Amino acid sequence: MKVCITAQGADLEAKVEERFGRAPYFIIVDSETGSFEAIANPFINGSGGVGPKAAKLIIDRQADVLISGLLGGNAQSVLDSAGIVQYVYHDGGTVSAALDAFRKNALNKVN
Amino acid sequence: MKLAIASGKGGTGKSMVAANLAFTLAMDSQVSLVDCDVEEPNLHLFFPSDPMTRDVTLPIPVIDELICTYCGKCGEFCRYGAISVLPKKLLFFADLCHSCGGCVLVCPEKAIHEEPKRIGTLSVSTPLPGLKLVTGMLDTGSPLAVPIIHEVKKETSDDPIVILDTAPGTSCPVVEALEGCDACILVTESTPFGLHDLGLAADVTERLGIPAGVIINRSDGKDEETLRFCAEHGLDVMLTIPFSREIASIQSRGDLLCRVQPEWQKEFRSLFIKSKLLAKEDL
Repeated sequence: MKVCITAQGADLEAKVEERFGRAPYFIIVDSETGSFEAIANPFINGSGGVGPKAAKLIIDRQADVLISGLLGGNAQSVLDSAGIVQYVYHDGGTVSAALDAFRKNALNKVN
Repeated sequence: MKLAIASGKGGTGKSMVAANLAFTLAMDSQVSLVDCDVEEPNLHLFFPSDPMTRDVTLPIPVIDELICTYCGKCGEFCRYGAISVLPKKLLFFADLCHSCGGCVLVCPEKAIHEEPKRIGTLSVSTPLPGLKLVTGMLDTGSPLAVPIIHEVKKETSDDPIVILDTAPGTSCPVVEALEGCDACILVTESTPFGLHDLGLAADVTERLGIPAGVIINRSDGKDEETLRFCAEHGLDVMLTIPFSREIASIQSRGDLLCRVQPEWQKEFRSLFIKSKLLAKEDL
Protein backbone atom coordinates (compact mmCIF):
# COMPACT_ATOMS: atom_id res chain seq x y z
CA MET A 1 0.00 0.00 0.00
CA LYS A 2 1.22 3.50 -0.86
CA VAL A 3 0.83 6.06 1.89
CA CYS A 4 1.26 9.76 1.05
CA ILE A 5 2.21 12.10 3.90
CA THR A 6 2.46 15.87 3.55
CA ALA A 7 5.84 17.04 4.86
CA GLN A 8 7.98 20.10 5.47
CA GLY A 9 11.12 18.33 4.20
CA ALA A 10 12.18 15.61 1.81
CA ASP A 11 12.72 12.65 4.18
CA LEU A 12 11.05 10.54 6.86
CA GLU A 13 12.46 12.67 9.69
CA ALA A 14 10.86 15.83 8.32
CA LYS A 15 7.93 17.30 10.23
CA VAL A 16 4.46 16.59 8.92
CA GLU A 17 3.03 19.65 7.14
CA GLU A 18 -0.55 20.29 8.18
CA ARG A 19 -1.59 22.03 4.96
CA PHE A 20 -2.30 19.72 2.06
CA GLY A 21 -2.29 21.81 -1.14
CA ARG A 22 0.60 24.01 -0.05
CA ALA A 23 2.73 21.33 1.62
CA PRO A 24 6.39 21.66 0.57
CA TYR A 25 6.74 17.89 -0.03
CA PHE A 26 4.62 14.82 -0.56
CA ILE A 27 6.39 11.77 0.87
CA ILE A 28 5.02 8.56 -0.63
CA VAL A 29 5.94 5.51 1.42
CA ASP A 30 5.51 1.91 0.39
CA SER A 31 4.13 0.49 3.63
CA GLU A 32 5.31 -3.07 2.80
CA THR A 33 8.95 -2.34 1.95
CA GLY A 34 9.39 0.95 3.83
CA SER A 35 10.96 2.59 0.75
CA PHE A 36 9.86 6.13 0.02
CA GLU A 37 9.89 8.84 -2.58
CA ALA A 38 9.78 12.62 -1.87
CA ILE A 39 8.00 14.80 -4.40
CA ALA A 40 8.54 18.56 -4.21
CA ASN A 41 5.12 20.22 -4.51
CA PRO A 42 5.07 22.20 -7.77
CA PHE A 43 1.90 24.07 -6.71
CA ILE A 44 3.22 25.48 -3.42
CA ASN A 45 3.13 29.08 -4.64
CA GLY A 46 0.10 28.73 -6.92
CA SER A 47 -2.48 31.50 -6.80
CA GLY A 48 -5.44 29.19 -6.30
CA GLY A 49 -6.89 25.78 -6.95
CA VAL A 50 -3.81 24.12 -5.46
CA GLY A 51 -5.89 21.58 -3.50
CA PRO A 52 -7.39 19.76 -6.49
CA LYS A 53 -4.09 19.99 -8.36
CA ALA A 54 -2.16 18.42 -5.49
CA ALA A 55 -4.87 15.76 -5.21
CA LYS A 56 -4.45 14.92 -8.89
CA LEU A 57 -0.68 14.70 -8.41
CA ILE A 58 -0.90 12.09 -5.66
CA ILE A 59 -3.58 10.19 -7.58
CA ASP A 60 -1.18 9.99 -10.53
CA ARG A 61 1.45 8.63 -8.14
CA GLN A 62 -1.04 5.91 -7.18
CA ALA A 63 -1.25 6.68 -3.49
CA ASP A 64 -3.89 4.65 -1.63
CA VAL A 65 -3.93 6.68 1.58
CA LEU A 66 -3.23 10.32 2.46
CA ILE A 67 -2.12 11.60 5.86
CA SER A 68 -2.29 15.38 6.29
CA GLY A 69 -3.68 18.08 8.55
CA LEU A 70 -6.03 20.45 6.78
CA LEU A 71 -7.80 19.48 3.60
CA GLY A 72 -10.10 21.71 1.54
CA GLY A 73 -13.45 20.57 0.19
CA ASN A 74 -12.36 20.57 -3.45
CA ALA A 75 -9.27 18.47 -2.72
CA GLN A 76 -11.42 16.07 -0.71
CA SER A 77 -13.88 15.63 -3.59
CA VAL A 78 -11.07 14.75 -5.98
CA LEU A 79 -9.44 12.32 -3.52
CA ASP A 80 -12.81 10.74 -2.66
CA SER A 81 -13.54 10.25 -6.37
CA ALA A 82 -10.28 8.38 -6.75
CA GLY A 83 -10.94 6.30 -3.62
CA ILE A 84 -7.99 7.69 -1.65
CA VAL A 85 -8.67 7.38 2.07
CA GLN A 86 -7.68 10.51 4.01
CA TYR A 87 -6.42 10.56 7.60
CA VAL A 88 -5.77 13.50 9.91
CA TYR A 89 -2.51 13.92 11.81
CA HIS A 90 -2.24 16.84 14.23
CA ASP A 91 0.51 15.79 16.65
CA GLY A 92 3.28 17.92 15.14
CA GLY A 93 5.64 14.96 14.77
CA THR A 94 7.72 13.54 11.94
CA VAL A 95 6.64 11.62 8.87
CA SER A 96 7.89 8.42 10.57
CA ALA A 97 5.82 9.17 13.66
CA ALA A 98 2.70 9.76 11.55
CA LEU A 99 3.35 6.51 9.71
CA ASP A 100 3.67 4.61 13.02
CA ALA A 101 0.42 6.12 14.23
CA PHE A 102 -1.26 5.07 10.99
CA ARG A 103 0.07 1.49 11.32
CA LYS A 104 -1.29 1.35 14.88
CA ASN A 105 -4.71 2.50 13.61
CA ALA A 106 -4.38 5.58 15.82
CA LEU A 107 -5.41 8.15 13.19
CA ASN A 108 -8.89 9.42 12.46
CA LYS A 109 -10.31 9.57 8.97
CA VAL A 110 -11.17 12.98 7.51
CA ASN A 111 -14.91 13.36 7.70
CA MET B 1 -13.33 62.73 -17.11
CA LYS B 2 -13.12 59.50 -15.15
CA LEU B 3 -12.50 60.20 -11.49
CA ALA B 4 -11.98 57.39 -8.99
CA ILE B 5 -12.52 57.67 -5.25
CA ALA B 6 -10.30 55.22 -3.36
CA SER B 7 -8.92 54.96 0.15
CA GLY B 8 -6.87 52.00 1.24
CA LYS B 9 -8.54 51.90 4.65
CA GLY B 10 -12.24 51.13 4.74
CA GLY B 11 -14.75 53.48 6.33
CA THR B 12 -12.86 56.71 5.62
CA GLY B 13 -15.71 58.22 3.62
CA LYS B 14 -15.27 57.23 -0.04
CA SER B 15 -18.97 56.81 -0.64
CA MET B 16 -19.77 60.02 1.23
CA VAL B 17 -17.38 61.94 -1.02
CA ALA B 18 -18.56 60.20 -4.20
CA ALA B 19 -22.25 60.73 -3.41
CA ASN B 20 -21.89 64.39 -2.49
CA LEU B 21 -19.67 65.16 -5.47
CA ALA B 22 -22.10 63.48 -7.87
CA PHE B 23 -25.10 65.18 -6.25
CA THR B 24 -23.50 68.61 -6.58
CA LEU B 25 -22.26 68.20 -10.16
CA ALA B 26 -25.57 66.68 -11.31
CA MET B 27 -27.32 70.01 -10.64
CA ASP B 28 -25.93 71.40 -13.90
CA SER B 29 -24.12 68.54 -15.66
CA GLN B 30 -24.75 64.97 -16.73
CA VAL B 31 -22.93 62.78 -14.19
CA SER B 32 -22.51 59.02 -13.94
CA LEU B 33 -21.86 57.59 -10.51
CA VAL B 34 -20.51 54.04 -10.50
CA ASP B 35 -20.49 51.85 -7.42
CA CYS B 36 -17.45 49.60 -7.96
CA ASP B 37 -17.56 48.24 -4.41
CA VAL B 38 -19.51 45.27 -5.75
CA GLU B 39 -19.07 43.16 -2.63
CA GLU B 40 -21.05 45.66 -0.61
CA PRO B 41 -22.34 48.53 -2.71
CA ASN B 42 -23.98 51.36 -0.77
CA LEU B 43 -24.47 54.39 -3.06
CA HIS B 44 -28.04 53.31 -3.83
CA LEU B 45 -28.84 54.02 -0.16
CA PHE B 46 -28.21 57.74 -0.79
CA PHE B 47 -30.11 57.70 -4.08
CA PRO B 48 -33.17 55.47 -3.74
CA SER B 49 -34.88 54.81 -7.08
CA ASP B 50 -36.22 51.96 -9.19
CA PRO B 51 -33.31 50.56 -11.17
CA MET B 52 -33.24 48.44 -14.31
CA THR B 53 -31.37 45.33 -13.22
CA ARG B 54 -29.78 42.62 -15.33
CA ASP B 55 -27.67 39.57 -14.59
CA VAL B 56 -23.91 39.58 -15.05
CA THR B 57 -22.72 36.18 -16.24
CA LEU B 58 -19.45 34.48 -17.02
CA PRO B 59 -18.98 31.59 -19.44
CA ILE B 60 -18.09 28.34 -17.71
CA PRO B 61 -17.26 25.04 -19.40
CA VAL B 62 -19.71 22.18 -19.71
CA ILE B 63 -18.03 18.89 -20.53
CA ASP B 64 -19.89 16.19 -22.45
CA GLU B 65 -18.74 12.99 -20.78
CA LEU B 66 -20.13 10.91 -23.67
CA ILE B 67 -17.51 12.46 -25.96
CA CYS B 68 -14.73 12.97 -23.39
CA THR B 69 -11.92 10.41 -23.49
CA TYR B 70 -10.46 11.53 -20.12
CA CYS B 71 -7.20 12.48 -21.85
CA GLY B 72 -6.66 15.13 -19.15
CA LYS B 73 -5.48 17.96 -21.42
CA CYS B 74 -8.06 20.42 -20.04
CA GLY B 75 -7.08 19.65 -16.44
CA GLU B 76 -3.39 20.09 -17.22
CA PHE B 77 -4.09 23.39 -18.95
CA CYS B 78 -6.26 24.86 -16.20
CA ARG B 79 -3.93 26.85 -13.95
CA TYR B 80 -6.77 27.45 -11.49
CA GLY B 81 -7.34 23.78 -10.67
CA ALA B 82 -10.97 24.02 -11.76
CA ILE B 83 -10.95 20.76 -13.71
CA SER B 84 -9.69 17.45 -12.32
CA VAL B 85 -9.61 14.57 -14.77
CA LEU B 86 -9.35 11.13 -13.20
CA PRO B 87 -9.05 7.89 -15.20
CA LYS B 88 -12.83 7.50 -15.59
CA LYS B 89 -14.24 10.59 -13.95
CA LEU B 90 -14.32 14.36 -14.34
CA LEU B 91 -14.68 16.95 -11.63
CA PHE B 92 -15.38 20.61 -12.34
CA PHE B 93 -15.23 23.29 -9.62
CA ALA B 94 -17.16 26.30 -10.92
CA ASP B 95 -15.92 28.57 -8.12
CA LEU B 96 -12.30 28.05 -9.18
CA CYS B 97 -12.97 28.74 -12.88
CA HIS B 98 -11.80 32.10 -14.22
CA SER B 99 -13.65 31.71 -17.54
CA CYS B 100 -10.50 31.88 -19.62
CA GLY B 101 -11.90 29.44 -22.21
CA GLY B 102 -8.59 27.58 -22.45
CA CYS B 103 -10.14 24.17 -21.76
CA VAL B 104 -12.44 24.59 -24.78
CA LEU B 105 -9.44 25.37 -26.98
CA VAL B 106 -7.21 22.50 -25.84
CA CYS B 107 -9.88 19.74 -25.91
CA PRO B 108 -8.96 17.50 -28.87
CA GLU B 109 -12.43 15.88 -28.89
CA LYS B 110 -14.40 19.17 -28.86
CA ALA B 111 -16.24 17.79 -25.86
CA ILE B 112 -16.37 21.15 -24.06
CA HIS B 113 -18.71 24.06 -24.70
CA GLU B 114 -19.42 27.12 -22.58
CA GLU B 115 -22.64 28.16 -20.83
CA PRO B 116 -23.34 31.35 -18.89
CA LYS B 117 -23.24 31.28 -15.11
CA ARG B 118 -24.63 34.19 -13.12
CA ILE B 119 -22.16 35.84 -10.72
CA GLY B 120 -24.06 39.01 -9.85
CA THR B 121 -26.14 41.89 -11.14
CA LEU B 122 -25.78 45.31 -12.69
CA SER B 123 -28.38 48.01 -11.93
CA VAL B 124 -28.86 51.34 -13.69
CA SER B 125 -31.12 54.08 -12.37
CA THR B 126 -31.74 57.81 -12.74
CA PRO B 127 -32.36 59.03 -9.19
CA LEU B 128 -31.94 62.71 -10.16
CA PRO B 129 -32.40 64.37 -13.56
CA GLY B 130 -28.65 64.76 -14.20
CA LEU B 131 -27.51 61.62 -12.42
CA LYS B 132 -27.06 58.09 -13.72
CA LEU B 133 -26.29 55.59 -10.97
CA VAL B 134 -24.71 52.27 -11.93
CA THR B 135 -24.36 49.64 -9.24
CA GLY B 136 -22.63 46.30 -9.52
CA MET B 137 -23.54 43.64 -6.99
CA LEU B 138 -21.70 40.36 -6.61
CA ASP B 139 -23.84 37.37 -5.59
CA THR B 140 -23.19 36.05 -2.10
CA GLY B 141 -20.67 33.22 -2.32
CA SER B 142 -19.40 34.22 -5.75
CA PRO B 143 -15.65 34.86 -5.55
CA LEU B 144 -14.98 36.97 -8.67
CA ALA B 145 -15.58 40.70 -8.20
CA VAL B 146 -13.42 41.87 -11.10
CA PRO B 147 -15.71 40.80 -14.00
CA ILE B 148 -18.63 42.73 -12.44
CA ILE B 149 -16.49 45.86 -12.05
CA HIS B 150 -15.49 45.44 -15.69
CA GLU B 151 -19.19 45.38 -16.68
CA VAL B 152 -20.24 48.42 -14.63
CA LYS B 153 -17.36 50.41 -16.08
CA LYS B 154 -18.35 49.38 -19.60
CA GLU B 155 -21.85 50.71 -18.87
CA THR B 156 -20.41 54.23 -18.46
CA SER B 157 -17.43 54.08 -20.83
CA ASP B 158 -18.74 56.84 -23.13
CA ASP B 159 -20.24 59.11 -20.44
CA PRO B 160 -18.75 62.60 -20.04
CA ILE B 161 -18.27 62.71 -16.26
CA VAL B 162 -17.85 59.41 -14.44
CA ILE B 163 -17.24 59.16 -10.69
CA LEU B 164 -16.16 55.70 -9.58
CA ASP B 165 -16.48 54.69 -5.94
CA THR B 166 -14.01 51.83 -5.41
CA ALA B 167 -13.80 49.09 -2.81
CA PRO B 168 -11.44 49.69 0.12
CA GLY B 169 -8.02 48.10 0.05
CA THR B 170 -5.48 47.76 -2.74
CA SER B 171 -6.32 44.37 -4.25
CA CYS B 172 -7.58 43.34 -7.70
CA PRO B 173 -11.08 44.92 -7.41
CA VAL B 174 -9.50 48.30 -6.65
CA VAL B 175 -6.94 48.00 -9.44
CA GLU B 176 -9.70 47.02 -11.89
CA ALA B 177 -11.77 50.07 -10.88
CA LEU B 178 -8.76 52.42 -11.12
CA GLU B 179 -7.53 51.25 -14.49
CA GLY B 180 -8.16 53.84 -17.18
CA CYS B 181 -9.16 56.60 -14.74
CA ASP B 182 -7.87 60.12 -15.36
CA ALA B 183 -7.43 60.99 -11.68
CA CYS B 184 -8.01 59.54 -8.23
CA ILE B 185 -9.08 61.08 -4.95
CA LEU B 186 -7.71 59.19 -1.94
CA VAL B 187 -9.92 59.64 1.11
CA THR B 188 -8.13 59.25 4.42
CA GLU B 189 -8.71 60.06 8.08
CA SER B 190 -6.27 61.42 10.63
CA THR B 191 -5.60 58.12 12.39
CA PRO B 192 -2.53 55.87 12.22
CA PHE B 193 -4.54 53.27 10.25
CA GLY B 194 -5.80 55.91 7.86
CA LEU B 195 -2.29 57.13 7.19
CA HIS B 196 -0.81 53.65 6.85
CA ASP B 197 -3.37 52.57 4.27
CA LEU B 198 -3.18 55.91 2.48
CA GLY B 199 0.46 55.02 1.87
CA LEU B 200 -0.53 51.71 0.31
CA ALA B 201 -3.23 53.28 -1.85
CA ALA B 202 -0.91 56.09 -3.00
CA ASP B 203 1.60 53.43 -4.02
CA VAL B 204 -1.06 51.76 -6.19
CA THR B 205 -2.10 54.97 -7.97
CA GLU B 206 1.55 55.83 -8.55
CA ARG B 207 2.29 52.43 -10.08
CA LEU B 208 -0.78 52.71 -12.28
CA GLY B 209 0.33 56.19 -13.36
CA ILE B 210 -2.88 57.83 -12.15
CA PRO B 211 -2.52 61.34 -10.68
CA ALA B 212 -3.88 61.43 -7.13
CA GLY B 213 -4.89 63.94 -4.49
CA VAL B 214 -6.07 63.51 -0.91
CA ILE B 215 -9.13 64.33 1.17
CA ILE B 216 -8.70 64.26 4.95
CA ASN B 217 -12.07 63.30 6.39
CA ARG B 218 -13.22 63.43 10.01
CA SER B 219 -10.25 65.68 10.72
CA ASP B 220 -9.65 66.40 14.40
CA GLY B 221 -7.39 69.28 13.43
CA LYS B 222 -4.25 67.29 14.25
CA ASP B 223 -3.34 66.21 10.75
CA GLU B 224 0.38 67.01 10.87
CA GLU B 225 1.55 63.48 10.06
CA THR B 226 -0.86 63.11 7.16
CA LEU B 227 0.07 66.55 5.84
CA ARG B 228 3.76 65.65 6.10
CA PHE B 229 3.17 62.41 4.22
CA CYS B 230 1.25 64.23 1.49
CA ALA B 231 3.96 66.88 1.14
CA GLU B 232 6.67 64.22 0.93
CA HIS B 233 4.78 62.32 -1.77
CA GLY B 234 3.63 65.31 -3.78
CA LEU B 235 -0.03 64.69 -2.98
CA ASP B 236 -2.25 67.78 -2.89
CA VAL B 237 -4.66 67.90 0.06
CA MET B 238 -7.74 68.88 -1.92
CA LEU B 239 -10.27 69.10 0.90
CA THR B 240 -10.40 68.68 4.67
CA ILE B 241 -13.73 67.71 6.22
CA PRO B 242 -13.92 68.21 9.99
CA PHE B 243 -14.95 65.61 12.52
CA SER B 244 -18.53 66.64 13.20
CA ARG B 245 -21.43 64.94 14.89
CA GLU B 246 -23.81 66.81 12.60
CA ILE B 247 -22.12 65.47 9.43
CA ALA B 248 -22.10 61.96 10.87
CA SER B 249 -25.77 62.23 11.65
CA ILE B 250 -26.66 63.42 8.13
CA GLN B 251 -24.64 60.59 6.66
CA SER B 252 -26.07 57.89 8.91
CA ARG B 253 -29.65 58.71 8.04
CA GLY B 254 -28.82 58.30 4.36
CA ASP B 255 -28.95 61.99 3.56
CA LEU B 256 -26.35 64.09 1.78
CA LEU B 257 -24.20 66.78 3.35
CA CYS B 258 -24.50 68.94 0.22
CA ARG B 259 -28.31 68.74 0.29
CA VAL B 260 -28.70 69.52 3.99
CA GLN B 261 -25.92 72.10 4.15
CA PRO B 262 -25.79 73.61 0.63
CA GLU B 263 -22.75 75.70 1.55
CA TRP B 264 -20.72 72.49 1.11
CA GLN B 265 -21.57 72.42 -2.61
CA LYS B 266 -18.94 75.12 -3.18
CA GLU B 267 -16.31 72.88 -1.56
CA PHE B 268 -17.25 69.94 -3.74
CA ARG B 269 -17.28 72.05 -6.91
CA SER B 270 -13.82 73.25 -5.99
CA LEU B 271 -12.82 69.61 -5.40
CA PHE B 272 -13.92 68.74 -8.92
CA ILE B 273 -11.94 71.62 -10.43
CA LYS B 274 -8.84 70.44 -8.52
CA SER B 275 -9.46 66.93 -9.84
CA LYS B 276 -9.58 68.24 -13.40
CA LEU B 277 -6.30 70.04 -12.77
CA LEU B 278 -4.83 66.78 -11.49
CA ALA B 279 -5.99 65.05 -14.67
CA LYS B 280 -4.57 67.96 -16.69
CA GLU B 281 -7.97 68.54 -18.26
CA ASP B 282 -9.11 71.88 -19.61
CA LEU B 283 -11.31 73.74 -17.15
